[in-house]
Amino acid sequence: MRAAQALQVRNLSIEFGGVHAVEDVSFDVEPGETFAIIGPNGAGKSTIFNLISRLYTPTAGTIHYGEQNLLELPAHKVVHTGIGRTFQNIELFEHATVLQNLLVGRHCHMQSNPFASFVFTPGLRKTEIEHRRKVEDIIDLMEIAQYRDERISDLSYGARKNVELARALCTEPSLLLLDEPASGLNNEETDDVSFWLEDIKHDLGVTLVMVEHDMNLVGQVADRVMAINDGKLLIIGTPDEVRENPEVQRAYLGIAE
Amino acid sequence: MQFLFKTAYNDDIRFLAKTGEKIRVAIAMLFLIAAPLLLQDYYLAELGLLLVYAIAGVGLMILTGHTGQVSFGHAAFLGIGAYTHSILMSKGVPFSVSILITVLFSGVVGMIIGRSASKMFGFYLAIATLAFGILIETVFGEWGGLTGGYQGFVVPSLKIFGMPLGEAWQQYYLDLVLALVVIWGASNLFRTPTGRSFLAVRDSELSARSLGVNVEWVKIQAFGVSAAITALGGALLAHHLTYLVPDVFGVLESLKLMLMIVVGGLGSILGAVLGAIVISILPVAISFLKDVLPPSIGQTAGLEPLLFGLIIVLVIVFEPLGIYGRWMKLRFFFESFPYYRKSSFVRQKSYLKTERMR
Repeated sequence: MRAAQALQVRNLSIEFGGVHAVEDVSFDVEPGETFAIIGPNGAGKSTIFNLISRLYTPTAGTIHYGEQNLLELPAHKVVHTGIGRTFQNIELFEHATVLQNLLVGRHCHMQSNPFASFVFTPGLRKTEIEHRRKVEDIIDLMEIAQYRDERISDLSYGARKNVELARALCTEPSLLLLDEPASGLNNEETDDVSFWLEDIKHDLGVTLVMVEHDMNLVGQVADRVMAINDGKLLIIGTPDEVRENPEVQRAYLGIAE
Repeated sequence: MQFLFKTAYNDDIRFLAKTGEKIRVAIAMLFLIAAPLLLQDYYLAELGLLLVYAIAGVGLMILTGHTGQVSFGHAAFLGIGAYTHSILMSKGVPFSVSILITVLFSGVVGMIIGRSASKMFGFYLAIATLAFGILIETVFGEWGGLTGGYQGFVVPSLKIFGMPLGEAWQQYYLDLVLALVVIWGASNLFRTPTGRSFLAVRDSELSARSLGVNVEWVKIQAFGVSAAITALGGALLAHHLTYLVPDVFGVLESLKLMLMIVVGGLGSILGAVLGAIVISILPVAISFLKDVLPPSIGQTAGLEPLLFGLIIVLVIVFEPLGIYGRWMKLRFFFESFPYYRKSSFVRQKSYLKTERMR
């Protein structure tokens, strides 16, 4: 496990054809903390995630993870710095098994080329088994052993959420971006998620950054919360501070002055 | 019903886990090895041709079935393989060297095509590959000095290490060995990170990228591997055809390859082989039909393409996973007897995907 580092976002902005999806947002995430981003629909929460994981390139601003300037990296190199992520609407490999999905999660730690793969060299077999062991640890942690050989397309929504989280953990992240980990889950499942997040944080020492609507979950697990609206930062503070902030209330509930 | 008790990770890596699978593969292997004793030369040659198409089908399957990159011009690689190999052999290059150069050369051409194809998707990719197929066919025709042009090109006779392989059974064993190597190698591919990254790109480029898969490079690799394997099929095909003309490698041939993998079942190596069996039996069945049907229907021109089209439509409507999918269901039926229900294979709800970021 790589040591957690600080995520530093400065004056981040992105425009899509004149629409300011994110405007001048700055924040820091300290190693080991749980940081939540909240805001109404379309506020730019997921866009911030996509900027950090380099699926988008910002029009202005900088993103550093530890010493590393993330803007220097292409999207597929971000995971090598220790940043893993999940997606809002589950992006699993639908026609592959759970095991295959998790092994793709190990991809950033494995190397192979078509020639060696074609003959399946003994060396490849050895690394396969090595990485399989790591995957089994995650399967144990996330309690998804019963789904190991199932295809994703046969799984329920809740199980898919767990598998996606497990796949992100397989990359051995030091910082995990969770895009709405509790969306679409019932109360019981949401409680499970909050336990898992605590486990991941304490046992694996992973820094968590999450986008979440469920304020109960945010209140339970988050150390600090950032509220944004229309791409602009409203406030960063403890969950209670943010909940009581009049601007946040206005953005969420539309209260007139 | 057999329950597998797994005790080592190697159990999951092994190809043949169940007893039934082992028996079926053993029977198939026995038949393939004994075929020269059982079949007349004509049918043996047909069986060899089937194996050659299986090789080409595996090539296209890796690209379209496993990596999700459609190619409507794959006959071009079949042609590149056939012409490169034949031309090299006619210049006196030995078979083994020639086939190696052919495979590598086509792989490089495939990677170059893959380089531009990696920037395209869906409809645009289909059109681009179709154009590539037509372009290459035209090159074969116009580059008369090298390829013999529209007059055709006589394929040198088959000779390995100076030993002529004139007999049907000798050529058949050559096809068999290479087909088995390709099937084994392609299956190997999908138990390694390289193969899994292919599957990842097919199902979600977005998350593949966030897990450290270089999507563009994967597509280039997939095109390279696919082109190399298809070209190997092409080189062997040349020895069956004995005479190369450009239109053999035209759009219709590309469609035939496509029909093969769709009917066989997208996304499985076995599907490519099953598809090859279908397209080998089809012409026989059609000629039989022609005799049986009244002449007014049987002798109509275009019966063959019509049936090809009809089969694709029926397969897509009734069994999108092709023969392989049907086979899986049948096997499940017997393995779980009497618990099979009609709803056992009803497709589950598929959940919304994040809007794609191209």
